[in-house]
Amino acid sequence: MKIHEYQAKEILRRYGVKTPRGRVTADASEARAICEEFGGRCVVKAQIHAGGRGKGGGVKLASSPDEAVSVAEQILGMQLVTPQTGAEGQLVQKVLIEEALDIATELYLGVILDRQSGLPLIMASAAGGMDIEEVAAENPDAILKEAFDPHLGLLPFQARRVAAGLGLSGKTARQAATLISALAKAYVDTDSSLAEINPLLITGDGDVLALDAKIGFDDNALFRHADIVAMRDLAEENPLEVEASEYGLNYIKLDGNIACMVNGAGLAMATMDIIKLFGGEPANFLDVGGSASQEAVKNAFRILVSDPAVKAVLINIFGGIARTDRIARGVVGAIEELGDIGVPVVVRLEGTNVEEGRRVLQEADFDFIVATHMTDAAEKAVAAAGGEG
Amino acid sequence: MAIWVNNDTRLLVQGITGKEGEFHALGCRDYGTQVVAGVTPGKGGQEVQGIPVFDSVAEARAETGCNATMIFVPPPFAADAVMEAAAAGIELVVCITEGIPVTDMMRVKAFLQDHPTRLVGPNCPGVITPGQAKIGIMPGHIHTPGKVGVVSRSGTLTYEAVWQLSNVGLGQSTCVGIGGDPINGTNFIDVLAAFKDDPDTEAVILIGEIGGSAEEEAAEWVQANFDRPVVGFIAGATAPPGRRMGHAGAIVAGGKGTAAAKKEALTAAGIHVVDSPAVMGETVLEALGR
Repeated sequence: MKIHEYQAKEILRRYGVKTPRGRVTADASEARAICEEFGGRCVVKAQIHAGGRGKGGGVKLASSPDEAVSVAEQILGMQLVTPQTGAEGQLVQKVLIEEALDIATELYLGVILDRQSGLPLIMASAAGGMDIEEVAAENPDAILKEAFDPHLGLLPFQARRVAAGLGLSGKTARQAATLISALAKAYVDTDSSLAEINPLLITGDGDVLALDAKIGFDDNALFRHADIVAMRDLAEENPLEVEASEYGLNYIKLDGNIACMVNGAGLAMATMDIIKLFGGEPANFLDVGGSASQEAVKNAFRILVSDPAVKAVLINIFGGIARTDRIARGVVGAIEELGDIGVPVVVRLEGTNVEEGRRVLQEADFDFIVATHMTDAAEKAVAAAGGEG
Repeated sequence: MAIWVNNDTRLLVQGITGKEGEFHALGCRDYGTQVVAGVTPGKGGQEVQGIPVFDSVAEARAETGCNATMIFVPPPFAADAVMEAAAAGIELVVCITEGIPVTDMMRVKAFLQDHPTRLVGPNCPGVITPGQAKIGIMPGHIHTPGKVGVVSRSGTLTYEAVWQLSNVGLGQSTCVGIGGDPINGTNFIDVLAAFKDDPDTEAVILIGEIGGSAEEEAAEWVQANFDRPVVGFIAGATAPPGRRMGHAGAIVAGGKGTAAAKKEALTAAGIHVVDSPAVMGETVLEALGR
């Protein structure tokens, strides 16, 4: 799960991370008072989940309260396009207005999971403000790494080592070490999957603050963080994906025209891959899961065909936990409820109770295109969607 | 000979009184596995279809001599269940549970460093030695005894591979699902090393997916240590970056963990990489020169 910058900063402040003073608002007219409070200069920042906001015109400096209002008016309500939003962009519904600070140096600081060691890993770089992926690709030695034991926490000497490695000294190094420790603690306590401060700001006076902040959470741990779940902003998510998640379905919308319903994440990915291999484009990732009820399968089907780009549906079920007859009944039930769904449906069933599953399909009023193996299924789905491209 | 699971395996099922736990405990027993005990704290003294239930793993081990366990405990309590099994000296822990928090798995990993227990999973279909025993949720009837080892991060995609193998007349020595989570107990190399020591495993299918670098590490290991044919498939070539594809571990993050990079690493190590998931079985046949 992702949250907004202002929410990430709220969490980090609780752990003692210093941030610029700021207020969030959805009302441009409030920008004047906020800017005045911060001494007449401020930065107005669009609050959307996607990164790269500055490049798309979503972050602007205002040198007066009047300018703050006009900038906020420009940004609020805009469809902000960034390298991460896709061409349609994302509607800006809130802005964070912060005091404008003088910037001496910008650094990078992040915590990620190092899958190889199974430990959280501090990543730091003097190349702040830049895309850390570019730094990693071009100059991997420029990134400091410090793994730590989540149960001991980041030890003070480790935090000092990172600060020193960034070339900091004196008061600035002390403040940086405190902030790094705070970020590490926040990462573990909140079950984060990523916590990033980019840039980490050193002011002309040598103070250390989080100028930007981004936190992503481990979805599997949300059950113990009601406060974080409350921060979820559904407006930032694809409506079909939100609907699917309400039914406990794992659905990700893509740009193609062949919808897929598959059980198991690996097989679902493989089904997308084979569609592409035979010249088609998958419209989605959908794992109906092991224990999907007939109702859930019906809902899955409804979501798939409500995507107007979809020209054919490919159902690929290998029955393990999910018995194929149950899936088949769900599919037939959904089609009976939806009436004319308007697109051909290719079905390939295999595994537990497969004979019963095929019988259910054959006895249905709907004319399924039955496939026997994955190549057959992919070819039939691509043909049903109107051929290649 | 196979690896890890055989006729002598004495299986415990943690979470046996739950719906899934009971269903799959019986499925394993029907396949021929010796299912000797179940554990659900607070339900000791009960029976599930003739299988005695105990309050703790230690008690179950003392009473029944179980040496492997299959875990269906819900995610908030699953990490504890794994550690309880390890503390009781269970040699093989197969954790089926999906949805365990990463920080819980970090704790498990640290705990297991001081125990000789092997953990397979979590979020996996389990381990099966066809014709001998199965510990997991896979449909047993699609498997046939034979000499191809299968190791995979996926569940149903593994069944697909097994199905293809059986259809081209190739049986399986042992099939291991290592699970789709970012932190797991057993990785590709652990399984490959066990296959190397198994004279009855003649070839291996390795099924990876996007995210992390376990496939790249496995490729390096294969090149240096394994001279039997390996056929590889990587799922997720069409997955968009930054999106988690169902499995908690299946995500291309920071440009890392792409299917293309993994396929390249596997190919460089001499592994027969297939682009189509539909030809895994026949490619093993070709690689064996048959």
